Amino acid sequence: MKRIYQTLFVLALAALLGACASPTKPDEGAAGTPGSGTPDDRRGVVDGGPKTVEQLLNDPQSPLSRRVIYFDFDSAELSSEDRALLAAHAEFLAAHPDVTVVLEGHADERGTREYNMALGERRARAVMQLLVLQGMRREQAQTISFGEERPVALGHDEEAWRLNRRVELLYSGY
Amino acid sequence: MKTVLLRFLLLLLPFSWPGLSQALTIEIQKGNSDAIPIAVVPFGWSGPKAAPLDVGAIVATDLRRSGYFAPLPPADLVARPVDAAQVRFENWRALKIESLVVGRMEALPNRQYRIRFQLLDVLNGTQLAGYSIQSSLRDLRRAAHQISDIIFEKLTGVRGAFDTRLAYVTVVKGRAGKPRYRLAISDIDGYNEQIILESDNSILSPAWSPDGSAIAYVSVTPRGPVIHVQNIYTGRSRKLKVFKGLNNAPAWSPDGRKLALTLSKDGNAEIYIYDLARNTVSRVTRSQAIDTEAAWLPDGRGIVFTSDRGGTPQLYRILFDSAGRPGRAERLTFEGKYNARASISPDGRRMTFVNDHRIAVMDLETFRMQVLSETNWDESPSFAPNGSMIIYATQSPRGGVLAAVSVEGRATQKFSVSRGDIREPAWSPFRRRSQE
Repeated sequence: MKRIYQTLFVLALAALLGACASPTKPDEGAAGTPGSGTPDDRRGVVDGGPKTVEQLLNDPQSPLSRRVIYFDFDSAELSSEDRALLAAHAEFLAAHPDVTVVLEGHADERGTREYNMALGERRARAVMQLLVLQGMRREQAQTISFGEERPVALGHDEEAWRLNRRVELLYSGY
Repeated sequence: MKTVLLRFLLLLLPFSWPGLSQALTIEIQKGNSDAIPIAVVPFGWSGPKAAPLDVGAIVATDLRRSGYFAPLPPADLVARPVDAAQVRFENWRALKIESLVVGRMEALPNRQYRIRFQLLDVLNGTQLAGYSIQSSLRDLRRAAHQISDIIFEKLTGVRGAFDTRLAYVTVVKGRAGKPRYRLAISDIDGYNEQIILESDNSILSPAWSPDGSAIAYVSVTPRGPVIHVQNIYTGRSRKLKVFKGLNNAPAWSPDGRKLALTLSKDGNAEIYIYDLARNTVSRVTRSQAIDTEAAWLPDGRGIVFTSDRGGTPQLYRILFDSAGRPGRAERLTFEGKYNARASISPDGRRMTFVNDHRIAVMDLETFRMQVLSETNWDESPSFAPNGSMIIYATQSPRGGVLAAVSVEGRATQKFSVSRGDIREPAWSPFRRRSQE
């Protein structure tokens, strides 16, 4: 609960800062940072204050910066390491009910394309299930599968396959 | 990110000059030592200038690619008769030729052509078939394939499938390295390509309607997979009702009124039957496993599908009772760790599928399985409508290609495009002879 208040405080602060900055016209030297003055912008927070959603997500020290889960061939099983990582994401999502995430499931090129569409979905659902189990509200996440249609690695070897068997956690806007 | 689906009808009419525009390159990889020795004599021509098409060469190529025939190379022909009356059978017997095809084409008024041909039994010195076909310039290639069909049927007892088409997906790198996908159809020899759809979204599982007028396919959009049905003559496309999750693997029922497909709206990948008139679905499978890639039995009384309910992907069969209710699933495959994506032969006796990344065929009475392909990473096998050949997708060092193999595994050929990959082949049903 405490986290929620922190977030609300941050949002209020951002809104205030945004309001102050609002007289700035888009063509008056604000080039390069379009939209930086809008009230719902969560990035305009001074260092040292409570962390923004973006800071929380992108802190390289935080497990939240790791947003790809990898799988074995034809498997949607989560390792204990993955479970720990997803627990951190679930805790974050539980604390930020306004944040939503898309769970995008993928497969390697081996096996048939249609089976891989289903396999990608099974992987995304496995991640979803764990997040819900750990406290995320179901409405915060959506699953989608691209099967083997959107590889990140283009090779035809073990390393490429390993990288392509994945679920990506895509936080909207981050 | 917005992806625009460009749907257009590029060429309603096939390319007007019949000799040009071969979209696919076809190479014979392996011949057949038992092939029947035949000679197809170049057809005679009477008309202005040169013949618009070498009909004899098209027929010889068709027969050679089937794997059932070994046409004599034109250089080895001892004579060039164009009519049975000119044939001296003893000369052809000396060459150990069993069958001989002679013919001639003439120009008629109004840009029409008449082709007469005769199929001769060299050993007995008799005529097996003699036909006269009239055709427009545009349909000349098709007329040549119909001649091949007649010869094939007379000599093997099986209806020929040369006057049929292929649907396939090609992928080329477009601007900024983004792939562009095309759904196309062409004649079985790679001519007369028509592009049905061009898109930034991956296209999967094209499936011909039983009457050959429409193709169902999956478009993998940024928001998820969607199934469309497109009429290949009018270009009109219809999007099926979209359900949450998977909308995949469409397969036409033999009567063309329904599609078996894969949805995950109720929790995980299950097979449903979509009623095309009512836009309703009824559920077929119920399991915690992946159930997908349905294929109908040709009598419409059941489906075969891929399921990993036993731990690995294997093929199962479900039969419907007289009220259409699905029965218990029966496992069909036991050899290998990955058996998937079945296609049933038109006579219902055989099933082809992916067996550990190769193409296999199984007799559905004895359940004996035979691996047919010698390639790797093979996918998407599809039977010719006469059941004599199987076309499938495979990998070459240059990228995705198609390969065709005769059901006995004796002859193979490779289909490639000049640029990019080609995959997801689907062999059309027979075309009605009167139909254009």
